[in-house]
Amino acid sequence: MKLSKSSRVVLGVVTGVILAVIYLPLLVVLINSFSTSRSLTWPPPGLTLEWWGRAFQSEGALDAILTSVQVAVVATLVSLVLGTLISIALQRYKFFGRDAVSLLVILPIALPGIITGIALNNAFRTILGIQLSVYTVIIAHVTFCIVTVFNNVIARLRRMGTNLEEASADLGAGIWTTFRLVTFPQLRSALLAGGLLAFALSFDEIIVTTFTAGNGVTTLPIWILQNLFRPSQAPIVNVIAVVLVVISIVPIYLAQRLAGAETVPRARG
Amino acid sequence: MSTESAEKMTNGSSHRASVFLHNHVRVRLALLLSAPLFWLVLVYIAALVALLVTAFWTVDSFTGIVRTDWTLDNVITVLTGSLYQAVTLRTVGIALLVTVVDIVIALPIAFFMAKVASARLQRVLVIAVLMPLWASYLVKAYAWRSVLSHDGIFQWIVQPFGGNTPGYGLPGAIIALSYLWLPYVILPIYAGLERVPNSLLEASGDLGASTWRTLRLIVLPLLWPAIIAGSIFSFSLTLGDYITINIVGGANQMLGNLVFTNVGAANNLPLASAIALIPILIIFVYLTVVRRTGALNSL
Repeated sequence: MKLSKSSRVVLGVVTGVILAVIYLPLLVVLINSFSTSRSLTWPPPGLTLEWWGRAFQSEGALDAILTSVQVAVVATLVSLVLGTLISIALQRYKFFGRDAVSLLVILPIALPGIITGIALNNAFRTILGIQLSVYTVIIAHVTFCIVTVFNNVIARLRRMGTNLEEASADLGAGIWTTFRLVTFPQLRSALLAGGLLAFALSFDEIIVTTFTAGNGVTTLPIWILQNLFRPSQAPIVNVIAVVLVVISIVPIYLAQRLAGAETVPRARG
Repeated sequence: MSTESAEKMTNGSSHRASVFLHNHVRVRLALLLSAPLFWLVLVYIAALVALLVTAFWTVDSFTGIVRTDWTLDNVITVLTGSLYQAVTLRTVGIALLVTVVDIVIALPIAFFMAKVASARLQRVLVIAVLMPLWASYLVKAYAWRSVLSHDGIFQWIVQPFGGNTPGYGLPGAIIALSYLWLPYVILPIYAGLERVPNSLLEASGDLGASTWRTLRLIVLPLLWPAIIAGSIFSFSLTLGDYITINIVGGANQMLGNLVFTNVGAANNLPLASAIALIPILIIFVYLTVVRRTGALNSL
């Protein structure tokens, strides 16, 4: 297949238009964060830095960010361990029920968040009689974060093959040594990519969180939902959104560099 | 590993454990699987089963506490109530439309990224597609509220051409939901296209197939699992959503809204559980159908 020049150009233009539509709402958020209007008037009647100043003094927002970071860090670490274990088991071993286990891992993202949310809410409250707290949020987040780690690690394991591990064992290294010196270094960037995604997923999750957070547990998305429709707070929400998107460039860039450095350059047609 | 080389290594309990594990595959597997399965089965599956059971319980209308008296009332209400039927149809309709819109948009951009763009541009484009995922879901939904508002930017752009913003309602909800899940659909399709070898496309071209014929007979069959993998995201995420529809959907309700009201304001977990069975059933049918295509491996 040889794409004609014109079809390449058309595809390029279509891609450009799609990207423009993808970024238009984000641009509106950026501009609204400077707007003097508290409602959604376009174009903004005037520009101000007031919201940016207020956002950095908003205790509610800063506390919520801290809570979200704590939840996301713990959930990511737990899911890194669990996700790696289950990927090794599924990739390197054959056993009865393997298909069922791999379906089980993806189920928490295949089922809508509200199902996970209400199932856990019901299990904690009605069945176990546990008070909802920040720990119930973490337990819920781990459940759907495992799969992002799993996806990255299992893809890497598939590509790695077992030659190096076998060579290591033949040369006398034990299981730990082989894992530490041969398997883990090859998995590192996949773990980073999976971990970043898990962190992002947990940081932004609202539906499962709503159903599993105890009173007084305010993650950033919960804070945003509480303040989105308050005219005095909505512009501050815009500021925080902009800051988060800008900060997110760093991990995405890192993940891409890591992935890019490892792909073998290939010939393009 | 041979005995001599094993002896050369440091002795000790960790070494003995290593040798033991090396010789006992089953034990190794059990150790690997126990922690994650403990979590997924004990936390997740147990919760899902409990949800299923709760749907057949009842709530004490006086105290609001769940009573473990068995009843089919909730399930019958959900299956026969006209409200539930209408909302189910609306939700599935929205989810299908959002999925189709996302696939149609994702195909050209993923194709451009994987097969036309230079390696450098490709990297930039992947970042460009990924970055909106880091913007808060709520803020993006709210951004569409501001875009679609009657004095918003959409109205401002289309008014000179005699157009009007769709405002808040089902079209607004479909636009916003398609927007929210688009990256989740683009990425698997892009990854799927990356796996289609260029040599196959060249061979097809060299053998005289037109571009369309190559796309239809070579690319599409290879890409199918990736497309379905993407569709699972957009379909399932839409099926459970209740926040976006609140922000841009006007007064329309989806299944998620009914579940949410019954957990919160109405405090009727058994009825909420019964409603939640609908999306579970739909997703399971969907997963069973697509499982044969191998799509679940490209998630």
